[in-house]
Amino acid sequence: MLKRVYVWEFPVRWSHWILASSIAVMSITGYYIGNPFIPAASSNQYLMGWMRMIHLVAAAFFNCDILLRIYWAFAGNEYAGWKTFFPFSAQRLKELSGMLRFCLFLKKNPPAITGHDACSSLIYLLVYVLFIGQTITGFALFYLANPLFIWKLLGGWLFPLFSIQTVRLYHHFVMWVLIAFAIVHIYAVWVLDQARKDGSISSIFTGYKTIEEDED
Amino acid sequence: MKLLSDDALHEVSESMESLSRKGISRRDFMKFCSGMAALLALPASLVPRIAEAVSGKKPYLVWLEFQDCAGDTEALLRATKPAVADIIFDIFSVDYHETIMAPSGRQAEKSLQDVVKNNKGEYFVVVEGSIPMNDGGVYCCIGGRSAVDIAREVCGNALATIAVGNCAAYGGIPAALPNPTGAVSIKEAVPDAAVINLPGCPVNVENLTACIVHYLTFGSLPNTDKLGRPYFAYGKRIHDNCERRAHFDAGQFVRQWGDEGHRQGWCLYEMGCKGPATFHNCPVVKYNEGTSWPVQAGHGCIGCSEPNFWDTMSPFYRRLPEVPGFGVEKTADKIGIGMVSLTTAGIAVHAVANAVKKKKSGEDKETE
Repeated sequence: MLKRVYVWEFPVRWSHWILASSIAVMSITGYYIGNPFIPAASSNQYLMGWMRMIHLVAAAFFNCDILLRIYWAFAGNEYAGWKTFFPFSAQRLKELSGMLRFCLFLKKNPPAITGHDACSSLIYLLVYVLFIGQTITGFALFYLANPLFIWKLLGGWLFPLFSIQTVRLYHHFVMWVLIAFAIVHIYAVWVLDQARKDGSISSIFTGYKTIEEDED
Repeated sequence: MKLLSDDALHEVSESMESLSRKGISRRDFMKFCSGMAALLALPASLVPRIAEAVSGKKPYLVWLEFQDCAGDTEALLRATKPAVADIIFDIFSVDYHETIMAPSGRQAEKSLQDVVKNNKGEYFVVVEGSIPMNDGGVYCCIGGRSAVDIAREVCGNALATIAVGNCAAYGGIPAALPNPTGAVSIKEAVPDAAVINLPGCPVNVENLTACIVHYLTFGSLPNTDKLGRPYFAYGKRIHDNCERRAHFDAGQFVRQWGDEGHRQGWCLYEMGCKGPATFHNCPVVKYNEGTSWPVQAGHGCIGCSEPNFWDTMSPFYRRLPEVPGFGVEKTADKIGIGMVSLTTAGIAVHAVANAVKKKKSGEDKETE
């Protein structure tokens, strides 16, 4: 019997889309900041100024969004909870191997999971580590021009532990890692949506998945 | 309003007499004192106090050179206006400086020993160059003694040690990878010494003078950041005070040496300028008494006042460092784009395999 389950609550969907759009904006503006590929036609333009401004505003959205999502990992439902992102129990490791075998065509169907499966959970955990790394290095680079205590606390403490250029390189390179993640993420959702027929793709818009219920 | 006490006025006038014999007017002297106040970010009301302090008792100063190129000495001697250099030499009693002192051999060593023994804890040491620690410090010996041995004695007994140039402050070029001599900074070689770092390649002599003027005026060295650099000179980033900053904000960049943008004086960011990663007062104070500085001359900053700049700021003509573990010609962008392409290719293969599998299972169903 098919059943509609409310999986992704509003804060989860909201934070997902803010994250996605702010990462897209920050990748474009950030790439421009690292390599200003559009030449300004006149001295009256403020191209780099605006790019940095947009990058910083998007970063503010991104950071608040991360805070919201971390809060919701404690306040939200079981599918949003922090426990789901640490899939190290015996049952979830089995689920992980099932997912990996499905990806390698060794298994016909993916394990039937309503929320995040073990494989995705693990990847999201790593992605969150990268997100927080971007936040810290971003604040560190911001601190260079704005040496206030708050920015020092949020990222400026990285210096002189690491050289400024090392931090810059890390911040730039992780952008590419996140772009690669986004590509894999979209493809994986599509594949799972096709295999499970549970409406994974529409669930991030509506919040609902269609799950086959066991008869009990 | 009377700014100076009678005694102080007397002292200043005495000092002025000695300066005027060298052709330095009172006006030059007061200009120097005002300049120092401005450099240290002090109010103009403190200029008389500076004048008083500077014309007081001369502190002893010895200048030690270790693994160096004498570039900081050159910076000191190449002051374009002789008046200021004269004032500097009039403030200090320079008792030992290998490049410029008159005595040589044993006599030279004696003058150093005299200062260290007779004025223990009362003299300044300026150190130029790094100190090799490998193999017992044999890679730099002066008068039969190793650099580290001399540094421990001279800096250990000094009132304060001023490390000039990147080599003395952070090891500099001798400490660049693979650092064959085990070169270290003066603070690492003599951890107990009171060290203030004035990195740069070379040091800006104005900052050196200002440090000592600060000491003479207030009886203490200026406040420093985590890297031991005084805030008055290293508190602001080059990029934020740069005369070409407006071109950066506008989006006007030099893309090739000698192109139209370069001739127009646009921002050198794309040419690998490390101004955004370097803290120094070059754009404000400039070198050789305000003549110019690298960015004004059309060359990007190479970050010479930051620790390990030779390793961390290179390649000097690129925005970002090389990604460790990859070849020299691989930039972060090339590797990043490669990674994204590989991911996309992997997905394409997976998608094709997925489609084939589906078709197969479909056929299986049909045959059933």
